[in-house]
Amino acid sequence: MSNHHQHEVVIVGAGGAGLMAALYASRGADTAVISKLYPTRSHTGAAQGGIGAALGNLEKDTVEWHTYDTVKGSDYLGDQDSIEFMAKEAIPVVYELEHMGLPFSRTEDGRIAQRPFGGHMNKETNKPVTRAAYAADRTGHMILQTLYQQCVKNEVNFYDEFQVLDLIVEDGKTAGVVAVDLSTGELHTYHAKSVIFATGGHGRVWEVTSNAYAYTGDGVAIAARKGIPMEDMEFFQFHPTGIKKLGILITEGVRGEGGVLINGEGERLMDKYAPNAKDLASRDVVSRAMYIEAREGRGVNKEKHMYLDVTPEVVNKYAKSDGRTNPDGTPYVTTAEEILTKLPDIIDFCRTYLGIDPVKQPMPVQPTAHYAMGGIPTNVYGEVVIDEKNTIMPGFYAAGEVACVSVHGANRLGTNSLLDIVVFGKQAGKKAAEYSKNNKYPSFPDDAKENTQKQVDHILNSDGSESAADIGKEMKSVMMDHVGVFRTEEGMAKAVEKIRELKERYQKVGVTDKGKVFNTELLNVWELGCLLDSAEITAVSALARKESRGAHAREDYPKRDDKTWLKHTLAWMNDDGIKLGYKDVQLGKYEPKERVY
Amino acid sequence: MDISLKVFRYNPEAGRTKPAYDTYLLNGVDPTDRILDLLEEVKDYHDGTLSFRRSCAHGVCGSDAMRINGVNRLACKALVQDLNSNSITVEPILGLKVIKDLIVDMKPFFDSYKSVMPFMINDDIPEDGKERLQSIADRERFDDTTKCILCAACTTSCPTFWSDDKYVGPAAIVNAHRFIFDTRDQAAEERLNILNDESGVFRCRTAFNCTEACPREIHVTQAVAEVKQAIVSGVIK
Ligand SMILES: Cc1cc2nc3c(=O)[nH]c(=O)nc-3n(C[C@H](O)[C@H](O)[C@H](O)COP(=O)(O)OP(=O)(O)OC[C@H]3O[C@@H](n4cnc5c(N)ncnc54)[C@H](O)[C@@H]3O)c2cc1C
Ligand code: FES
Repeated sequence: MSNHHQHEVVIVGAGGAGLMAALYASRGADTAVISKLYPTRSHTGAAQGGIGAALGNLEKDTVEWHTYDTVKGSDYLGDQDSIEFMAKEAIPVVYELEHMGLPFSRTEDGRIAQRPFGGHMNKETNKPVTRAAYAADRTGHMILQTLYQQCVKNEVNFYDEFQVLDLIVEDGKTAGVVAVDLSTGELHTYHAKSVIFATGGHGRVWEVTSNAYAYTGDGVAIAARKGIPMEDMEFFQFHPTGIKKLGILITEGVRGEGGVLINGEGERLMDKYAPNAKDLASRDVVSRAMYIEAREGRGVNKEKHMYLDVTPEVVNKYAKSDGRTNPDGTPYVTTAEEILTKLPDIIDFCRTYLGIDPVKQPMPVQPTAHYAMGGIPTNVYGEVVIDEKNTIMPGFYAAGEVACVSVHGANRLGTNSLLDIVVFGKQAGKKAAEYSKNNKYPSFPDDAKENTQKQVDHILNSDGSESAADIGKEMKSVMMDHVGVFRTEEGMAKAVEKIRELKERYQKVGVTDKGKVFNTELLNVWELGCLLDSAEITAVSALARKESRGAHAREDYPKRDDKTWLKHTLAWMNDDGIKLGYKDVQLGKYEPKERVY
Repeated sequence: MDISLKVFRYNPEAGRTKPAYDTYLLNGVDPTDRILDLLEEVKDYHDGTLSFRRSCAHGVCGSDAMRINGVNRLACKALVQDLNSNSITVEPILGLKVIKDLIVDMKPFFDSYKSVMPFMINDDIPEDGKERLQSIADRERFDDTTKCILCAACTTSCPTFWSDDKYVGPAAIVNAHRFIFDTRDQAAEERLNILNDESGVFRCRTAFNCTEACPREIHVTQAVAEVKQAIVSGVIK
């Protein structure tokens, strides 16, 4: 195989967003997908609970309600036109997944099953609405498998286990990427008309995380190094229920099925913090509640974690006191068997990692770093927009967790990411193919590899006086402590300073493996560089925002400040640090008001 | 606790052309640590050249199937305490070419997967554009085989596969089963034809290794038997 390739559309990433983009782009253009993992290893496969769409299979639901819930969930930072677009597209796209063969769980009358999820409400009953379409508790696995199957069917071109290290831009136009073939260590160049980044998130910046080892912010870092600003990076979601210490996610679907959070004193803690939605309030609200309980000494054994209880007795007790009913109006009562069929993987995780049986014992949980609301700024067509005026960068697209449309604003609702990846993956794929039909190949520089080769050589030739593992640990710990669930001026300033120090030290990290074949040590070090860039952009953006909104909760500025801060952050990474700018939020019919659940 | 971790090493590029083992003594290991945590510890602090695949770290992505004390498991789903031993041996899965250390060539495995048409064939969609209906029971019929994460633990535990790399292997059959028994699919016959081939399902000698190896607890042998049954009887039920 020659090391130079040409494809009209090159997609980086083979998770839900990348594969959906590939299905659409390949219909109209010569398309290739490059992925550092085998496609089916992508993190979309870890998603559990469901994909949001107002199908109304079990009770009344509307696109308007979905839109409103998402706007409110975003703490009014989401762009309302984009949110409405997504909520509308949700319905046909979920049916499309079913048509592709996705094995959704089913209702009694054979329709796609749906369950309640945090922040999604029925506006008539004022109770959580059944909006999350699901396939047991492995919805993401089924989405990933189904999309990959369709790609196999459509003979989409894949470069599996190739890692992209650079984006090539010529005269302001996207011209391709540079990637390393992991099995040979050779650098390959890809000349393209359009490039779509669908590289996922960067949750490995934090110590306790639900995210895969592969979640190292490669897309964010590569784009930022090319002068593309990152939007709203201070907003990073902590999911309330990660397995104690390990961070492995316990889906919100557990609470959707009636599970409740209990503090060390045996009390249901959400009564106090969200009297109406209770355990199904938005994630930022629940994570903060747990954090406060722990700080005030009401954690389990006075430690940091709480119990998540989904034993049938406890579920039924609280379902009764909440007046929860089935779609036919009868009282909601569950059994251990029903829980087992609806949440088999969760049960398995708990048995494997905790040695406990969740239908008999409560699960120890704590907030875990989970999801990047921020990322590469795009419009609803996946086109990357690079300034305050939303100027489009020709030929560059982004979709999925790496992108910021922005539909999640300051806090994403559960089920809206699986939705985001398929809706905007599809749009990006279509648009990239269309662009490549209407444009010639831009010129491709002869020295395209040079920048990448330099980075690789730098690591290979470094004296290695610093350890990548130590730097990684220090980064994770400072980000967890100071740019986590709660934040202060002092803490964040400390974090910024620390990250800069770590970036200096990073220059001296070396590797013992000097080989070419699967040099995973080298790539881990390169990825650490991406994590540090992601961490710095996050911390600097967070430090500047002097208010509390969604996932960005400041103890020194506890209130949301719409007068000054109802705007998106844009952060440019330069040689001498991070430059910040801001752009308007697309408002609409929902006026910002106080968020209560 | 202290663990002696013996790891298979192979890296022709660096002159390690003969498979051999390195042993690392790890102190202060928590019994609830994953084998993957131990490998990470070795890579971080003992030998950075040790190479293996991993991503999700909780048993859902299928990256890190390996032989742990002689049994195929996911390194991220096997805890130290599950092994009841202070000496742990980690080796690559068998039957696929080793490229470096614990990394094997997965291409033949994915080629077998692709050979069974692992995708839904059915272009009829309801006129209203909504979902096709399927009863809870019909959905349940193939639930078990939808769980496959393509980790290759089953296929590479199969004695038939070790002796004959043309055999499609249990993982491919599991993925065919997932469609054959899905009431929405219309290409069962073609798939059954493919699996009736000389490299197909009748190579299976019902060794049961696959079922034991599956980290997702799929009843692999049963799925294979159901496919055989469907070929023999011509009836899918
Ligand atoms: C445990 C868990 C549970 C979740 N549950 C839900 C849920 O119930 N509902 C919901 O809506 N959301 C959920 N989410 C969030 C959602 O799953 C993710 O945000 C979403 O799947 C991301 O999809 P993606 O396509 O953007 O990225 P991914 O699926 O992660 O794919 C990223 C791809 O990029 C590739 N890649 C990365 N860097 C490079 C590089 N440098 N070169 C080449 N390739 C590269 C990777 O190989 C991979 O193929 C969950 C997340 C987690 C972690
Ligand atoms: S790392 Fe994903 S299955 Fe083990």
